[in-house]
Amino acid sequence: MAERGWTSPKARLLLLAAGAALSVLAFMTVGLKGGLAFALELRAVRLAALVEVAVAVAVSTVVFQTITGNRILTPSIMGLDALYSLLQALAVFTLGGLGYAMLPATAKFLGEAGLMALLGTALFLPLLSRRGDIPTLLLAGVVLGVLFRSLSLMVARLIDPNEFAIVQSARYADFNTLDATLLVPCLGLTGLGTLLVWRARHVLDVMALGREAAVGLGVAWRRSATALLVLVGALTAASTALVGPVAFLGLLVVALAERTVGTVRHGPLLLGAMLLAVILLVGGQTILAQLLDNVLTLGIVIEFFGGLAFLILITRRRR
Amino acid sequence: MRRLLPAPAILGTALLLAALAAASLVIGVGDLFARDGTSGVSGLMLLLASRLPRTLAAILTGAALAIAGTVMQTLAKNRFVDPMTAGTGSSAALGILLVTLLAPGAPIALKALAGSAVAFLGTLLFLRFARDLPPTEPFLVPLFGIVYGGVVGAIAAAIAWEADLVQFLDVWMNGEFSGVIRGRYELLFVTALLGAVAFWAADRLTILSLGRATAVGLGLDHAAMLRLGLVIVALIAGVTVVTVGIIPFVGLVVPALIGRRVGDDVRRALPLTALLGAGLVLGSDILGRLLRYPYEVPVGTVLGVVGAAAFLAIVLRRARLG
Amino acid sequence: MIRISNVSYAIAGTTILEDIDLAIPSGGVTALIGPNGAGKSTLLSLIARLLPLSSGTITLDGLPVDRTPTRALALRLAVMAQEGSVASRLRVEELVGFGRFPHHRGRPRAQDQAAVAEALALFDLEALADRFVDTLSGGQRQRARVAMAYCQGTDYLLLDEPLNSLDIIYARALMRTLRRIADDRGRTIVVVLHDLNHAAAHADRIVALREGRLVADGPTGEVMTTATLQRVFGDTIPVAEVDGHRIALHFV
Repeated sequence: MAERGWTSPKARLLLLAAGAALSVLAFMTVGLKGGLAFALELRAVRLAALVEVAVAVAVSTVVFQTITGNRILTPSIMGLDALYSLLQALAVFTLGGLGYAMLPATAKFLGEAGLMALLGTALFLPLLSRRGDIPTLLLAGVVLGVLFRSLSLMVARLIDPNEFAIVQSARYADFNTLDATLLVPCLGLTGLGTLLVWRARHVLDVMALGREAAVGLGVAWRRSATALLVLVGALTAASTALVGPVAFLGLLVVALAERTVGTVRHGPLLLGAMLLAVILLVGGQTILAQLLDNVLTLGIVIEFFGGLAFLILITRRRR
Repeated sequence: MRRLLPAPAILGTALLLAALAAASLVIGVGDLFARDGTSGVSGLMLLLASRLPRTLAAILTGAALAIAGTVMQTLAKNRFVDPMTAGTGSSAALGILLVTLLAPGAPIALKALAGSAVAFLGTLLFLRFARDLPPTEPFLVPLFGIVYGGVVGAIAAAIAWEADLVQFLDVWMNGEFSGVIRGRYELLFVTALLGAVAFWAADRLTILSLGRATAVGLGLDHAAMLRLGLVIVALIAGVTVVTVGIIPFVGLVVPALIGRRVGDDVRRALPLTALLGAGLVLGSDILGRLLRYPYEVPVGTVLGVVGAAAFLAIVLRRARLG
Repeated sequence: MIRISNVSYAIAGTTILEDIDLAIPSGGVTALIGPNGAGKSTLLSLIARLLPLSSGTITLDGLPVDRTPTRALALRLAVMAQEGSVASRLRVEELVGFGRFPHHRGRPRAQDQAAVAEALALFDLEALADRFVDTLSGGQRQRARVAMAYCQGTDYLLLDEPLNSLDIIYARALMRTLRRIADDRGRTIVVVLHDLNHAAAHADRIVALREGRLVADGPTGEVMTTATLQRVFGDTIPVAEVDGHRIALHFV
């Protein structure tokens, strides 16, 4: 039954892996000058960050879409990354800029990630009752995203203008200036989350059939959905902490992965989405920064193409 | 035929608006009643040069945005679209950005016109797509609109980034009244004229919302009416975005509040729509001035929160009712 | 008199109507019938200039519908299209009142208000006058839409499947009202009907289409025969005579 040759999912995944490897290679080598060791180390750190963001976004999006029963909604479109900015702004607002800055970065991040996991779950679990009603779910999600973004802007304004700079939330993701202090905890969290999702990939296959079918096949729906949503929240925190809101990146990579890999089984789909995200981020950043001399920022490019992909997906949606 | 205006509601809203206007005139950092203020600015000067213009600007903008929302909803035949979030606003900002790029010294009226022209095209494109969305799922149109607005905004952001005009774009994308002083807002009076045109065309707009077949059956030039509606929306967008920037959700929340009680007969609803829109924007501006006195929260941010929360409530309520 | 000559219509290469020649005389009720996809609604829309005429001519009392100013036409012909829903939040009275728009252009006068009152009474809508259209049942909404078209006060009244979502009692009442409008007020009514027997019981003439072609056109009694219906529907439908009406027994 399985396809063979160059059209099989396995071959396509291999192609994607080659593309990702090529992107990584180009990222590390194109336009190198000056002190080689220093430059390489700098690039390696940034590469690790980009890959971490790619994996976190791809995995969290696939999981979120499977639980909510559609391939349009993503954690980021639902405003989960804006929620993270909001939490940060609220922390500065309550602790004061100095107090916030004094806390150790790792502890702060882990606290925020934990809170995100909790809040995200509390927020999205009720929405799952409307799982079949996609237009409502989509619109409520998008408006919720606008609400969170506006709220985080508002809280940022309520903070003393002198401390405003600490939380200045960007409109688009910024892949040029990464917060390196958070790299290690983010990598750890993403690795752990991805491992757990990977082990649950067969459960995800069953959950994709819908609640009734999954329960019929012996999946504890509510418990699984809750646990997975917790992971989605934590993974979103891990990507947002490094680069800010990634908007439509998740939508784009999963939509592309589904069409490239040609299967809806979660094993290949997760791998394909991760690889595509790496190609898009690492390759895109190489092209924009090295070849095109930063005429555009990757964040804006993703917003544009991801937005277009979203529009196409909802106009194509039938019935 | 009872086509009387809802007089008590109009009177009540007008009184509320008057009270807000009075409050707006006295609230601010400068002391209005200081004889010779420490800054050397007399109260009267402050009133005429800053407070009054700001108050008038908020009233004009609010009324215009609410009217633009009503008109847009008849064009799209969908009660959940707001022009400022559905691409009209960001198209206007894109147009203003382009003219600033090509002719930095252009007068503000020309910038408004360029903004309106691009807003016209952007909205036309949006309506084209919206027409193909299934009418049985009314939520898809505003959803499409918000993301479409984001895509247009990304184009504008890319150009601004390349041309080093990001700060300018931010000003147009985030509505704010703190920069309004005498001599820099008078263009907004054009919107009063546009409101009058909308009122004059009110019956035809209502018929438009009943669909093409009904409109043609009643002898209306459907295409010409669509164009007129689009021109009104686009001009309001161009003028408001260039003077104060994008203020979201007014065009959605106000018609939604009014539609429930007064209904969708545009002639009946329009005066109240204008008053309530003015009140909402002026009230939000005052709130923005008070939240972190003496610093200010921009009105666009206040309405981003208030409007999104209200919209969310509308969506969930409607979904619950089925 | 509505005169249709050589009218063909196609969408993206698919023929919807082919070479229709037809005269609908003034006065009385003419029913357009035929199986699904026969082109009934398309023909009605072409007469009402809701669709652009691509070949052939259609005249209304000598006026070509595609070249007469649309406003002038709105004073002679009213149409209720088969539009899905009225999403608008208008009161019944307001909706019906918009039927007068071609006459007053936004400034209703006393005679317009009288016409609205008459339409509300005629279609049994007085109790619903203040209700929002979107709170009505499907049948009530359908009546309000027909009342709006009637209120336009034109010589010709074109209705596309007005019985949709009406229950049997209101369907019969509406057909009787249409009959009265034609008899007492001398209006010309052209109505697309799904149910053959409503046409049989209330129409003066029946025009039958099948696959875009005209297959029958004549007084009701002449069309309501098993032989003619065989040509229209491609199946044998017995016809019985009950109380002077010919009734198709299409359930058996």
